[in-house]
Amino acid sequence: MLHLLWLVPAAPFAGFVLLVLAGHWLSRRLIAIVGVGSVGLSALVAAAIAAVFLSLQPPALAYSQTIWTWISVGRLRADITLYLDALSLVMALVVAVVAFLIHLYSTRYMAEESDFRRFFAYMNLFVGSMLTLLLADNFLLLLLGWEGVGLCSYLLIGFWYTDPANGRAARKAFVVTRTGDAAMLVGIFVLFSSLGTLRIQDLMARALQQWGEGSLLAVVAAALLLGGALGKSAQIPLQVWLPDAMAGPTPVSALIHAATMVTAGVYLIARTHVLFSLAPDVQLAVAIIGASTLLLGGLSALAQSDIKRMLAYSTISQIGYMFLALGVGAWSAAIFHFVTHAFFKSLLFLAAGVVILSLHQQNMMYMGGLRRSLPLAFWTFLVGAASMSALPLVTAGFYSKDLVLLSAWVAPVGGFWLWLAGTVGALLTSLYIFRALILVFFGLELQQPTPIRGPAATIPLLALAVLSIVGGSVDLPRTLGNPPALTGFLQSSLPGEPWLGVGPQTEVVLQVVSSLVALLGIGLAFLVYARRPEPSWEARALAAGAVCFWHSGWGFDWLYDRLFVRPFVAFTSWLSRDPVDWLYNSLALLGQASYGLLSATESGRVRWYSAGIALGAAIAIAIGVFV
Amino acid sequence: MMLVLLIAIPVVGGLGAWAAARWGPDGSRWVSLAAIAANLLLSLALWAELLQESSSGQWLAEFSIPWVPQFGIGFHLALDGLSLLLVVLTQLLGCVAIVADWHEAPERPAFFHLNLLLTLAGVTGALLAIDLFLFYFFWELMLVPAFLLFLWGGPRRLQAGVKFILFTQAGGLLMLLALLGLYLIHGQAAGTYTFEYTALLGTNVNPTLALWLMLGLFAGFAVKLPAFPVHSWLPDAYTESPTAGAIVLAGIMTKTAGYGLLRFVVPLFPAAALSFAPVAMGLAVIGILYGAWLAFGQTDIRRLVACSSISHMGFVLLGVFAWNEVALTGVVVQMLAHGLVIAALFALVAFLERRTGTREIARLGGLWSTAPGLGAVALFFALALLGLPGLASFLGEFLILAGAFSKSPLLAALAASGLVFSVIYALWLVQRTFQGPNRAGWRLADLAGHEAALAAALVVFTLWLGLFPQPVIDTARQALRNLQGYAAGAAIAPQPTAGTLARFIATGFGDQSGRPRSEASPGPSQIGGHATGCWQPNLRSSRAPALARRRQGELL
Repeated sequence: MLHLLWLVPAAPFAGFVLLVLAGHWLSRRLIAIVGVGSVGLSALVAAAIAAVFLSLQPPALAYSQTIWTWISVGRLRADITLYLDALSLVMALVVAVVAFLIHLYSTRYMAEESDFRRFFAYMNLFVGSMLTLLLADNFLLLLLGWEGVGLCSYLLIGFWYTDPANGRAARKAFVVTRTGDAAMLVGIFVLFSSLGTLRIQDLMARALQQWGEGSLLAVVAAALLLGGALGKSAQIPLQVWLPDAMAGPTPVSALIHAATMVTAGVYLIARTHVLFSLAPDVQLAVAIIGASTLLLGGLSALAQSDIKRMLAYSTISQIGYMFLALGVGAWSAAIFHFVTHAFFKSLLFLAAGVVILSLHQQNMMYMGGLRRSLPLAFWTFLVGAASMSALPLVTAGFYSKDLVLLSAWVAPVGGFWLWLAGTVGALLTSLYIFRALILVFFGLELQQPTPIRGPAATIPLLALAVLSIVGGSVDLPRTLGNPPALTGFLQSSLPGEPWLGVGPQTEVVLQVVSSLVALLGIGLAFLVYARRPEPSWEARALAAGAVCFWHSGWGFDWLYDRLFVRPFVAFTSWLSRDPVDWLYNSLALLGQASYGLLSATESGRVRWYSAGIALGAAIAIAIGVFV
Repeated sequence: MMLVLLIAIPVVGGLGAWAAARWGPDGSRWVSLAAIAANLLLSLALWAELLQESSSGQWLAEFSIPWVPQFGIGFHLALDGLSLLLVVLTQLLGCVAIVADWHEAPERPAFFHLNLLLTLAGVTGALLAIDLFLFYFFWELMLVPAFLLFLWGGPRRLQAGVKFILFTQAGGLLMLLALLGLYLIHGQAAGTYTFEYTALLGTNVNPTLALWLMLGLFAGFAVKLPAFPVHSWLPDAYTESPTAGAIVLAGIMTKTAGYGLLRFVVPLFPAAALSFAPVAMGLAVIGILYGAWLAFGQTDIRRLVACSSISHMGFVLLGVFAWNEVALTGVVVQMLAHGLVIAALFALVAFLERRTGTREIARLGGLWSTAPGLGAVALFFALALLGLPGLASFLGEFLILAGAFSKSPLLAALAASGLVFSVIYALWLVQRTFQGPNRAGWRLADLAGHEAALAAALVVFTLWLGLFPQPVIDTARQALRNLQGYAAGAAIAPQPTAGTLARFIATGFGDQSGRPRSEASPGPSQIGGHATGCWQPNLRSSRAPALARRRQGELL
């Protein structure tokens, strides 16, 4: 069964190729079948492989499959090799399943779209690239997937290409992430030139052997790889592209900009966790970046009026939690939060998509009272919101966030502050998501929606809602008496459970605190936002300023525009006539001028000629006499 | 004999195309396409045959007859994996150049196709010639028909053509001086005067003189490549020449420069090239960034594509002077990739211009909705241009950067930042032409049959080279190893740093042996009369190894 691993990324790629080459002759129904079916096949194979992998006796650590030799030059060798271990299995399975559900949903969401084929072709290409990225055995193949998902993100953000604003958002996403990728590329060169291979597992083993903790090369390599991760995962300072990326269709936002692609940075760090452990300074930076990003994202989400932008900032914030976990060495906690986040965030997006499609409206200020007319969207959004707010015991988000906060608490450096940031972030999370819930589903009904029906829309919502609730049961905390299954399974790839040393009393106290914080946030949201139309405190001048500042994403766009965009445009427009050419043109002008001068001497006047002869003779004699 | 055929077929084909004009413009087109296609098949047959015998010898095929034996000039052609790949590329892009202009009847098709095919013959000859005089002969020979191709160009064709010919002639003159210098030195030392490449390898030249000769040779190739400060003929030339001319210039002729750097500059003067490497790599990095910045500022699509070429050929220069197996393989892949991508882009620009009558970016926009096929192909090649993994140019750039990194991390990192800028201009191009609103209300026909076939073929080749490059790498491997073997005398690679780079520039590019420059560098007046008195290669040559060691010691 394991030898069918190649099918997992190949099926979506085949769907893409089929849609590109033959899609012209396919009916919409067939396009949908190819688009959804290829991803479904991939998910099925992934699930079967997971079942086989789990049942292997003795437990397998890893399985790798070489499809062909890509390049081999001297000691630089990269194969098209898929590498399956606990980490890539978990992530690939989640990605394939969520992608399948979102593809299914898209058949309904995009039903009125004329460019149906292009949409599914790009989506399939994305899923194939994402699975390649996750299953890559070496850095070159990882780059193939990494840039491939970046490309699909670009293509799908700019899917409605006639609006230049969408194109700008798409290019912004590509350029900002590519900036991080360039750093990552250099990091790969550092690793390759000093350790002599591109295979990730070998690199990690050699790094462990050859580099001591805190050695310069390890720090440099980790910092450069972190650059790539920050770009892809939209963390400070490269987070600016994600809110604008919401210009794409909502299923795209759900799949690429919430559940899967943006967590590639988390995957990269988890995959190279050995390297990051060798560079404690960089690892601390990861934790601090995560903590600050989760606060920045949370506050910005609180100030948004566009439902998708709110969710985008929320994604930035939730990935901040994952980075926080990575930074304190709780690798498996980060992956656990990735899993639950993939469920509840895509659920939130899909529920928001139903609202958007039925109202043709994204501004929450024009929504309201939809809980009766769109009951499915309401209940599923409620489940997603509860899960993200980490409502205690009944939601998946509670267990993963709890594990992240617990790990932050026990971090050796700055543990309390990291925990505090995470806890404040949790308060913000429940505050902003229930603010959105209240604005959209409670109060007066401002606009009459046209309900969205059909199994293609309801099945994914229900499935993701169930997963958002029960998804946490894969890793119940010790205080509930269960062995943590997911963490245990991930041990073979991601060793280390920093929270093991914590006594059960501390753990219970922390859990109670975070539960109370979540409930406090929800209560606060109802208290502040339930009274329409305008919450009073937002109207105050100071608060309005702060809200405006948060709304703009803390002025990063303004700053980058002044720092990079405008100088670059001014510089290139000055350069466009190529100053180097002036040098050669002035040579040509000099030639012309001297030509004019010399031709003026050929005047045809005898006196000038005789004067010239006399002068020349005098000079010649002078040279003969004096030199 | 096969090698002679490779050169003869385009010549005969060109003459045939000239004669075939009596059957209308299509006549000469078909004849020239048939000739180049035959040449392509011939070179592919050579490749297929040579792949099977995994010889580790120097040449895969050879042809030699004396030409001017008094001066040691031979008509000596030879083929190894490196030249084979470039010969195949030349013939392939020759076909592309002819097909890209298919329905664009040039005014005098017979003469046009004659010039096109003669250029191709000259390029093929330069890639095969292994006698230095013969190489120079072909090198200059291809310029004349290439210059004449400008006659079919845009409104500023004369200025662009003259600029092109002045730049390349100036470079070519320096190259000739360098070749003659090497010829004389070798002749005096060995007693037999010859232009034979293999004989001239390993000639002992005193280091300072070697540096000057190397610089002369480098200048010739740097202009054609083009490298940073001598690039400014390129935007005009690529923009004003006809499409076929631009494809030949950008796709094929620049490759002879990369080939020349690989084949001649470093193997003939390894120590000098090594000491010059930091400067050359620095220029390469400037070229990579400068070209990308220049491209973004352009308002004419074709000029934008042309400027991007400066950036991509900068990678070739970087890889050559990094001079290790990874980087050199990257150079080969990059040259092939750049040829495919630039040819495709020029062809696409031509398709677009034929439909809209303009190349002004500002007048285009929103074309995707009316010509999605054209848009998809343009998007594909824009992605190839920005180095998307899986497509050919990414692999070339990756290998070059990986190789250059082990030599100079700083320069490689700077060059890697060029990848960000290439995204900016490539996506901007797509945005302004195919995306956004269709303000001008263009209604265009989508790709026609021959256009679609051409585009599909180039797409397939670009993907193939990006995903299955190993046959190409295997073909080039032995040739590159041989070249490295020739240069192995100077193989103790110094680690150039910013400090040595600064020292190089400060000391006027070299002369690190501490002697005054005036003593060692012969002025032009000295070359003529007192050859033995001033040059003294025999005496100096005994000091050369010691000097080389001292130089390296200083560098390290």
